[in-house]
Amino acid sequence: MEFIRPTTGRRTRRLFAFAAVAASVALVASGCASGSDVGTGAGAEGDLSVTFIPKQLNNPYTDVVLGGGQDGATAAGFTGIEVVGPLEASASSQVSFINAETQAGTSVIVIAANDPDAVGPALEEARAAGAKIVAFDSDTNPKYRDVFISQVVAKDVALIQVKLIAEQIGGSGEIAILSATANATNQNEWIKFIEEELASNPDYTDITLVAKVYGDDDDTKSFQEAQGLLQAYPNLKGIISPTTVGIAATARYLSTSDYKGKVALTGLGLPNEMRPFVKDGTVTAFALWDPAQLGYVAAFAGKALADGTITGAKGDKFDAGDMGEREVGADGLVIVGPPTTFNADNIDDYDF
Amino acid sequence: MTLTSPAPSQETPPKTARRATRDFASVLRWREIPVTIALIVLVGLTYLANPLFLSQQGVKDLLLNATIVIILAVGQAMVIITRNVDLSIGSILGIVAFSTGTLFVAVPGIPIVLVFLTGMALGALLGAVNGLLVTIAKVPSLVITLGTLYIYRGLNNAWAGGTQYFAGDRPDNFGALSVDTIAGFPLITLIAIVVVVIVAIFMASTRPGRDLYAIGSDPEAAKLFGIPVTRRVLLAFLSNGILAGLAGVLYASRFNSVGATTGTGLEFDIVAAAVVGGVAIFGGSGTVAGAAIGALLLTTITSALTAIRVDKFWQQAIVGLLILAAIIIDRVARIRTQKKLRLSEARDV
Amino acid sequence: MSNPPTELLGTATNKSGVRASEVPSTGGRTGIARILLSRDTVMIYTLVFFVIYAALFIPRFASPVSTGFLLLDVIPALLIALPMTLVIITGEIDLSVASIAGLTSALMGVLWAAGLDIGAVLLISLLAGVLAGAFNGLLVAVLGLPSLAVTIGTLALFRGLALVVIGDNAVANFPPELTSFFTSKIGGTGIPTVMIGVIVVAIFFGVLLHFTPFGRGLFALGYSKEAATFVGIHVMRSKFWLYVASGSVSALAGIYWTLRYSSARSDNASGLELTVIAAVLLGGVSIFGGKGSIPGAVAGVLLIGTINFTLRLNRISDVVLIIVTGTLLIASVVAPSIFEGISKWRHTRRNRRILPPASALGATRATASGVQERK
Repeated sequence: MEFIRPTTGRRTRRLFAFAAVAASVALVASGCASGSDVGTGAGAEGDLSVTFIPKQLNNPYTDVVLGGGQDGATAAGFTGIEVVGPLEASASSQVSFINAETQAGTSVIVIAANDPDAVGPALEEARAAGAKIVAFDSDTNPKYRDVFISQVVAKDVALIQVKLIAEQIGGSGEIAILSATANATNQNEWIKFIEEELASNPDYTDITLVAKVYGDDDDTKSFQEAQGLLQAYPNLKGIISPTTVGIAATARYLSTSDYKGKVALTGLGLPNEMRPFVKDGTVTAFALWDPAQLGYVAAFAGKALADGTITGAKGDKFDAGDMGEREVGADGLVIVGPPTTFNADNIDDYDF
Repeated sequence: MTLTSPAPSQETPPKTARRATRDFASVLRWREIPVTIALIVLVGLTYLANPLFLSQQGVKDLLLNATIVIILAVGQAMVIITRNVDLSIGSILGIVAFSTGTLFVAVPGIPIVLVFLTGMALGALLGAVNGLLVTIAKVPSLVITLGTLYIYRGLNNAWAGGTQYFAGDRPDNFGALSVDTIAGFPLITLIAIVVVVIVAIFMASTRPGRDLYAIGSDPEAAKLFGIPVTRRVLLAFLSNGILAGLAGVLYASRFNSVGATTGTGLEFDIVAAAVVGGVAIFGGSGTVAGAAIGALLLTTITSALTAIRVDKFWQQAIVGLLILAAIIIDRVARIRTQKKLRLSEARDV
Repeated sequence: MSNPPTELLGTATNKSGVRASEVPSTGGRTGIARILLSRDTVMIYTLVFFVIYAALFIPRFASPVSTGFLLLDVIPALLIALPMTLVIITGEIDLSVASIAGLTSALMGVLWAAGLDIGAVLLISLLAGVLAGAFNGLLVAVLGLPSLAVTIGTLALFRGLALVVIGDNAVANFPPELTSFFTSKIGGTGIPTVMIGVIVVAIFFGVLLHFTPFGRGLFALGYSKEAATFVGIHVMRSKFWLYVASGSVSALAGIYWTLRYSSARSDNASGLELTVIAAVLLGGVSIFGGKGSIPGAVAGVLLIGTINFTLRLNRISDVVLIIVTGTLLIASVVAPSIFEGISKWRHTRRNRRILPPASALGATRATASGVQERK
């Protein structure tokens, strides 16, 4: 829709008006920008700032983790606490957020990486500018961060899930795994241990892992992947879903289909999300750690790094507030705690 | 956009309009045949490979998967037939789905009918904004709805933040809509079928419905004939909004969680479903029934590939090829009609 | 694509648009004034204004670091916007660009993982983009199929092929010299080294569009295909090569994406097509074809990129960015329309009041556009 037969005056006026509109939109945008708490004292001497960059904002699990992170950061004495992140969990989307933090002179960046390598160059730049990098939840390539705060010992997570599914299917039969994205570092590590355990433990010789599918931590996609699994593998007796989105979507499908009660489901889930499925008998038991503790410890690790108390070397110890003293293991790994199993008896005791 | 290509504008003088309509009708029927055959062949072959595909649960899943896409494709078909497009439906669906979740939590015991009406009203509002911007500002719908795609998604994010509502937050009988069946058909699928039938009748046998075709095949002539183009186009966007709203409510019934990102990236899938179902992208032809079959075909492909354990990575490529095939079939059909029209005109003279 | 009334008006407008630009005397304005006040120039003013504003009032914005990060972020969109401008000017569209970039990225990953020489990897990936573009060109230009539908199809097809090629895997171990080159800056300026290449591509498309007969032909093509044919423009050939160009540049963007993030995945650059189109339209390129400029499109991309960057710098959620992008896009196309309506209404009223006899003349003159617009 362009200008029909313009005369100078009219057109000029119109163009200025247009420029005015565009400019005011821009002003409004940046106006609300400067209105908010801009990096409280970021970069200033003596003040420590921390920024959390989760895989994706607006995700319930992330919210719990970040809640703990903010508590931890306040308790640890950070003055500036920020949460930024992409709306979609794509590999490259975190990079520009890291860049902005680099520029803001943030002291500590706490990140859950969507892709262990894609964030690498940006994190290196941030470190060059003086920031300390704490990976949590999902690790980056170890060379790009100082420490990695892991929920639990990766192997324990795998073992508990295998144990649960074995109990639920009576020790024999076909099982499948419905994971998050195919590149998710944490899930892939657990799956590796699950496979090893199935292959090596004589108790599980009758259990065969027939498929691994990926729901990309998307509700709809996970739902349809679950559906496809059951159709493609008619003898399937159980599904392990080591991701909170996947297990909830699968539970939703099972509870609305004929497979309810016939196909077992376990994995890692949020009690609040899984409660109805435990109550209606779709799911007997599943596991998780307390995600808030993860964020909490990550914040304290960041503080210790920034203070110079630790460097991320094996054997370094730091105080993690209510969570007591923590020790850095090999490869800069910090373990938060053992996983908890949730079932109909104890699920009401938890609220996250 | 000069997607007008060989629009029948020049070739169809007013006096042959009635015959053109008749010929068109036969072509339309012809056009749904390929997609229907493709669907039957696909289902048949998959069944042979994996009989479980057509088990009771299998059929139910197929229908449930298609339901929401069918409703969206029907609405999109109405818009495309007027030579427009609505890219914002994924965002509309998202907002409505989240509002449905919110409503059940905010107003405990709210009647389900009221939830449906609210969702559809919200959809209507958002659709009307699209329609008004398109008709009043006279800017191509591609641009406007690309803008509202962003804006609606942004509003959804701003509203929802990290909040998500889960199936457990909604009453059981609401979730049961996508579980319970009547004669093998899930309730929400029956809703979709009713929608298809109503819209199909509206498009084929009411004045405003036929006007939409006239507008799409030749806007200039439509205006000269005295068709209230603005009102009709607005109607198409409004109806599409209502249907996207309905789809949003049904989404909340079927899936576990509704939140800020619900429905992201749906737009091209829906346009693809309509195009595969024989709705010409430059307007004026196609039927909502065709669009519905197109939607069923696309969703069935996904399930079929999984059922026969074909690498699911092929799925999207196959969808792409299907769209291209549909466009080419459409072009061939158009050339044939024009030939026929020319012949019959020649005989008249 | 366009809605019926627009379509109607679009043709009328475009025709008068030709007249307006070819006969500047109607507006009584010199060439320079026209350039200074054209829609794309206004976008450039807006960009400059916004950058100055940001430099003055946004903390930490005015630094070479900003330039570097900002440009690194916008390069893929900037690259693709160039051929996209040309494609849209001819009245077509290419929605498959981001999928071509994704396909290129996937291919790079697989070839590199298979142990090919990096030079061969780059060459084959680029070639894949050329072929993908040629495939679009074949369907749109040679077979004459509607580009919107065709490129929705190839959007799915190319992204699908990317998935087929690399599946759920990611390849990350590209040569570090190469990946660090892609994020390196020219001295202390903060300007990424790759910008040199981007500028070369931009100048190429700028010159092609604005200073060659081929470019002028594209504008003619956008106004009217028939007229363009009469003037002696090879419609088919021009469009075909535009799609090839679009595919090639998308492949470059895919290569850049892969090496900048040192991660080859099938979902790289997904959704970028909408950002690019939004930016190009914001930059004053008319979706009807026949109007637009490379500087305008570049300004559009940079404006969105800068707003984006300042928001991130202030830790404002992307939510705001999405809403701002959408609003800007709609405002930029709706505003001229509304002002047009208002001034026309004023004009008619003034005519009626002051010049009773002239109003008859005014009415006839307005028939072409006005009557239809009144609804």
